[in-house]
Amino acid sequence: MMKETDVPVATGRGKLKSILGDRDQLSLQSMIVPGILFILIFTFIPLYGILVAFKDYNIVTGIKGIFEAEWVGLANFKEFVTDMNFWNMLRNTLGINLLGLLITFPVTIIFAVMLNEITSSRFKKLTQTVTYLPHFISWSIFGGLVISILSPSTGVVNHVLTSLGVIDSPIHFLGEKDYFWLLAVLTNLFKELGWGAILYLAAIAGIDQEMYEAAYMDGASRFQRIWYITLPSITGTIVILLVFAISNILNSGFDQFFVLQNPLNIDASEVIDTYVYKVGLREFRMEYATAVGLMKTVIAVFLLYLANFVAKKISGKGIF
Amino acid sequence: MVKDNSLPDRIFNVFNVIFMTCLIIITLYPFWYSVIGSFNTGLDYAKGGVYLWTRSFTFDNYKALFSDNALLQAFGVTLARTIIGTITHILFTSLFAYAFSRKTLKYKNVYATLGLMSMYLSGGLIPYFILLNSLGLYNSFLVYIIPTIFSFWNVILFRSYFAELPDALIESAKIDGAGEYRIFLQIILPLSKPVIAAVSLFTAVGHWNAYYDSMIYTMGSDLQTVQLYILKLIQSTEAALLLANMSGNLGAAQSSVTTSTLQLAAMVAASLPIVAVYPFVQKFFIKGMLIGSVKG
Repeated sequence: MMKETDVPVATGRGKLKSILGDRDQLSLQSMIVPGILFILIFTFIPLYGILVAFKDYNIVTGIKGIFEAEWVGLANFKEFVTDMNFWNMLRNTLGINLLGLLITFPVTIIFAVMLNEITSSRFKKLTQTVTYLPHFISWSIFGGLVISILSPSTGVVNHVLTSLGVIDSPIHFLGEKDYFWLLAVLTNLFKELGWGAILYLAAIAGIDQEMYEAAYMDGASRFQRIWYITLPSITGTIVILLVFAISNILNSGFDQFFVLQNPLNIDASEVIDTYVYKVGLREFRMEYATAVGLMKTVIAVFLLYLANFVAKKISGKGIF
Repeated sequence: MVKDNSLPDRIFNVFNVIFMTCLIIITLYPFWYSVIGSFNTGLDYAKGGVYLWTRSFTFDNYKALFSDNALLQAFGVTLARTIIGTITHILFTSLFAYAFSRKTLKYKNVYATLGLMSMYLSGGLIPYFILLNSLGLYNSFLVYIIPTIFSFWNVILFRSYFAELPDALIESAKIDGAGEYRIFLQIILPLSKPVIAAVSLFTAVGHWNAYYDSMIYTMGSDLQTVQLYILKLIQSTEAALLLANMSGNLGAAQSSVTTSTLQLAAMVAASLPIVAVYPFVQKFFIKGMLIGSVKG
């Protein structure tokens, strides 16, 4: 068998020659080249494009214009820091996502644990199949369903709530900006709950069953077995997913917000991603939109490091 | 699993099953609601109360919907991008992953670094838009195919599967004189059906559900995808109203088609392929998710 160390060590021109002379190596390199070209074009050219944020750019000048446009320093950043809209949508982005994390994260773990406790494997499978389904439905359809069901005139939610006497008259849920944050969080929870539980379920499935039997012999109750065996065994998975979730706080949900937005709730539903789209591609203020986007990336990287740092301090585990 | 039959345990079990049953019902209900609404006449639906079963049955919503050429066009575009996009993505990405999984590949560290950077770095929407525009992809069908033809995430998925295949397969094929391309196409690919199925399904669902690229990188309705069509129908009542009024010319009673029931019919039609296929391919999705998480 061939090992890495069997490959003759060569440097500089010699190395190139050894590749050209080796038919198999040449084939392998030719398989790699298209993908690397793809990465260079579709990842690295846009990275240079970030320069636009510091320039006075015009879209008609294309890629060349990125380099030729005049520098304006931090003018674009100054503009959004003094813009009222910016702070409002930063508040929405952080608010909805933090609220989402606080609710979604623990609920998903509880759901996974409860699902695991189901004794009938057929019923368990059925529950899994059904709850995974919404994950595969696009937000334009799922959002449409949400809008229909919450409709004040024909929606079933208002009907149920008024019949039960919880509310006196139908509420236009999506038209009230006070409800939007919670609504966004709950609809997303509902769509992703089942699918989000998969990794936890896999981690739980890997736990040694003998531990449960031993605990049972020692008189541990169901709840104690969950608390002292199941949860500690999946801490690693929890920490990793938590760090990812925190770093993704600013990244989530263009689709969801764009679909559920309307003029009545816009003050509560405008987030960074939808704002960048509107300012950049509808108003064509590209430099400004790029600056906002860059700001988002900087905050996201900061959050990732912060989350990883805290995770390491608390549990000794992090992702890097 | 421990067999525990104490009273608190049985209570817990009952509660758990009831809770999960409620969850199943709540999850499925919105789909049911849209199905019965879409088969109900529009004016009757507007009175409210169509919650469990249709009250005034009709096919008119679907007739109106499928008489719209823009929708048929959108279905065609979406189907084409799903099929072409998935096949090209699989070939392009798995070829890279095969070479990447070979121990003899040189400069592997460089490629791995570039790949990882492509997973986490992004210039953001506007620089990406400028790039696609400059490449001439704006308002071209290829904008659905080329920018999604490669993904390093899926390279990792493929590679971790390829790495599990025995080395002896490749070595003996080499002794028989096969080149790397031949080994990939005739030995590795046929053995990799599970991972191909998983990646294909994820990719296909992504294509079928996409509206973002259609909204941003195309103009007019020639290249719009089904999801964008639906989004427009939901967000602008005018679009839906226009379609509803058109249905009057088709001999349908005006009362049977309204914007709301049309929207429901469109949502049912667009989610049907996924809902119909999903239960049968569920296991591949789960497998793919788990391969990715262990190694990634």
